[in-house]
Amino acid sequence: MVVPEETQRGNLKVYLGYAAGVGKTFQMLEDARAAAQRGVDVVVGYFEPHARPDTIAQVEGLEVVPHRKLVYRGRTFEEMDTDAVLQRRPRIALVDELAHTNIPGSQRPKRWEDVQVLLDTGIEVWTTMNVQHIESLNDQIWQITGVRVRETVPDWVIQQATEIVAVDVTPEALLNRLKRGAIYRPEVVQKALTGFFKGSNLGALRELTLRQAAHEVDLRKSAYDETSRIQVPRISEPRVGEAGAAQSKERILIHITADSSTAMLIRRGRRVADFLHADCLALFVHRTTDLSDLTPTEREAVEKHLRFARSLRIETQILAGRDVPRTVVDFARQSQVSQIFVARSKGRLRERLLGTSHAEDIVRIAHDLQVTVVADRSRRQTS
Amino acid sequence: MRVSELSRPSPERLLKQVQAGESKRWGAKLKIFLGYAPGVGKSYRMLDEARRRFERGEDVVVGAVQGQQSEDVQALLRKLEVIPPPQTPEGQAIDLDAILRRAPHVCVIDPLAARNPSGSRHPCRWQDAQELLRNGISVLTSVNLLHVEEYKEKVQAITGKDTAESIPKAFLLAADEIVIVDVPTDLCLWRLGEKLTSIGISNYQERQLSELRELALLLTAEVVDAQLESYVHTHGIEPVFGTQERFLVCITPNSNALAMIESGKRNKERFQGELYVVYVRQRDGSGDKNAAIEAHLEAARNADATIEVLESDDPIQAISEFAHEKRVTQIFVGHGSHENWRDRLFGNPVLRLIRAAEGMDVRVFPH
Repeated sequence: MVVPEETQRGNLKVYLGYAAGVGKTFQMLEDARAAAQRGVDVVVGYFEPHARPDTIAQVEGLEVVPHRKLVYRGRTFEEMDTDAVLQRRPRIALVDELAHTNIPGSQRPKRWEDVQVLLDTGIEVWTTMNVQHIESLNDQIWQITGVRVRETVPDWVIQQATEIVAVDVTPEALLNRLKRGAIYRPEVVQKALTGFFKGSNLGALRELTLRQAAHEVDLRKSAYDETSRIQVPRISEPRVGEAGAAQSKERILIHITADSSTAMLIRRGRRVADFLHADCLALFVHRTTDLSDLTPTEREAVEKHLRFARSLRIETQILAGRDVPRTVVDFARQSQVSQIFVARSKGRLRERLLGTSHAEDIVRIAHDLQVTVVADRSRRQTS
Repeated sequence: MRVSELSRPSPERLLKQVQAGESKRWGAKLKIFLGYAPGVGKSYRMLDEARRRFERGEDVVVGAVQGQQSEDVQALLRKLEVIPPPQTPEGQAIDLDAILRRAPHVCVIDPLAARNPSGSRHPCRWQDAQELLRNGISVLTSVNLLHVEEYKEKVQAITGKDTAESIPKAFLLAADEIVIVDVPTDLCLWRLGEKLTSIGISNYQERQLSELRELALLLTAEVVDAQLESYVHTHGIEPVFGTQERFLVCITPNSNALAMIESGKRNKERFQGELYVVYVRQRDGSGDKNAAIEAHLEAARNADATIEVLESDDPIQAISEFAHEKRVTQIFVGHGSHENWRDRLFGNPVLRLIRAAEGMDVRVFPH
């Protein structure tokens, strides 16, 4: 396929791992060296300067675009110099650590946003990230590890990747690397071993990574099949809309409230919608649409949740209604929603006595719709 | 939850325990490098690990090598001790006796799936590997998805390729360590001498390969899940939530079970998860409508679900206990059509289930 170069967006390739030290950067650099040997114009756009020695050795022979140095609170930090990469205009730029948050004062808050700029000008980008940085997995990661990951990448950024590569290593090998001091400085190792690097954590994160990678491969297969109309025998059943199985597309509605569980609800709704190839929308219902009679705290929370939903590319809406559950269900019916996502009510007993549990009321009213009461993954199982 | 009730030991786990019992005395370990096709770089990854281990002072030998070798692989082999495999008219065999005499700490066998020439001690090479493990020699070995017995048919349907050489999946599941060697499909084709295109799926061959790739990733995830379960089991810790999606469909004679099972099946496929279908038979026989239930269970069988009929007077409790035990992530349940005396007394069963199924999504279906 020949497309004029100006109009074509750059490809994105993501090396996906499950923890620090699995070898994402190493493999990316190894592939880059192979590409350079074939004569491909590849440069290193950003590379972690504190990398491990064997990884640093891999950079040798590759062209590195000098980093931008920024002083913040008296310390010097290095960031990718996006403008310099744009000026250099390579065919492929390597950008380590996609989930990184730039130092205040940078042009854009997040590195994945810098990467968008490169892609927009047609530069192909290869990057690295760990599964725990995928936004919609944030609560599950917390459940597994007890760590709330702050630096996340919206799922749509990863979905636009043309290629995902799972970088796999066994937890045993990873722990050996850790103990040899090949990943962290010795003083951090012990803490890592009892924290994030616990055996069961690593196994669970690894399984999650492999399943995510399989899902990403599956998405790309479906995209290919839709455009090419070539029949390839598949391991899974034909999906909705394909040959004969003409079911209508699912639509998922997320009920937004001021409650802090809403963030978890949004992530879960987004994830399920992606897997089911469903549309996803979000709704907030209040007496008035201008939110002026909410307390400042509530209002701030609602606005935060609406912004968060939009950042994950979920269409949001605010409706006026005195009877919240009724308004949500009516809206769902009018908008051909097939599934409503609601959060489990928190102060259960009190709410039940007062009859104010929206989740349960929605379940009661919406006999003709599917209602999913989402688990509170923001709380960990007690062990 | 009581750990002892986590799950019944699977044949794989029993096999693993037997193997572990046999080899643990000696500390011998089996590590498998799995690839989805030739050209992903299994041999290189494995031999590179062998080299690193050798350089760190481990006693490593190579017992079998691939017929065709890239330059990179040849360079690695030059750094390692190779016990020459005897050539026979029927092909290569590994020199089991020579390796046992040499008694290294680790032996590399590349590839694992091979038929031994007639007259050998074992018909298959993976049985040679077993013997090495039993004798306290760790094994590093490589397998192509095509050669896993249980996947042969699927792979053949996709690629048209068949093979006479295979290893049982149980051998894979019993490995101490498994690594998937994953590369983009285009790179794999390039290494096989195809022209390199842009990244992403761009042609028919890549499309075929990506099917295999997905299969290999999921097989590895399955092995990791089994290892995780046995880790949880042996360490007596709480099961980990949120790795694989597991769906539980609750059926009653009146529920819209067929729609729920259909949806469960689709979700299972999309999430590459597990599907359970549960029916709770009440001891007083109330609610038993055998014909309807039979039809629903038949649909569940067709959906490839794991079916469980529980006996209990308290269906909600039985379901929620079962769900916790199986680490279910989503429960599908039908809306009750009308409230009966029981509901008025104990509360709406769906709402009770929602309250009981903490840590899980509950999806309520229209009646």
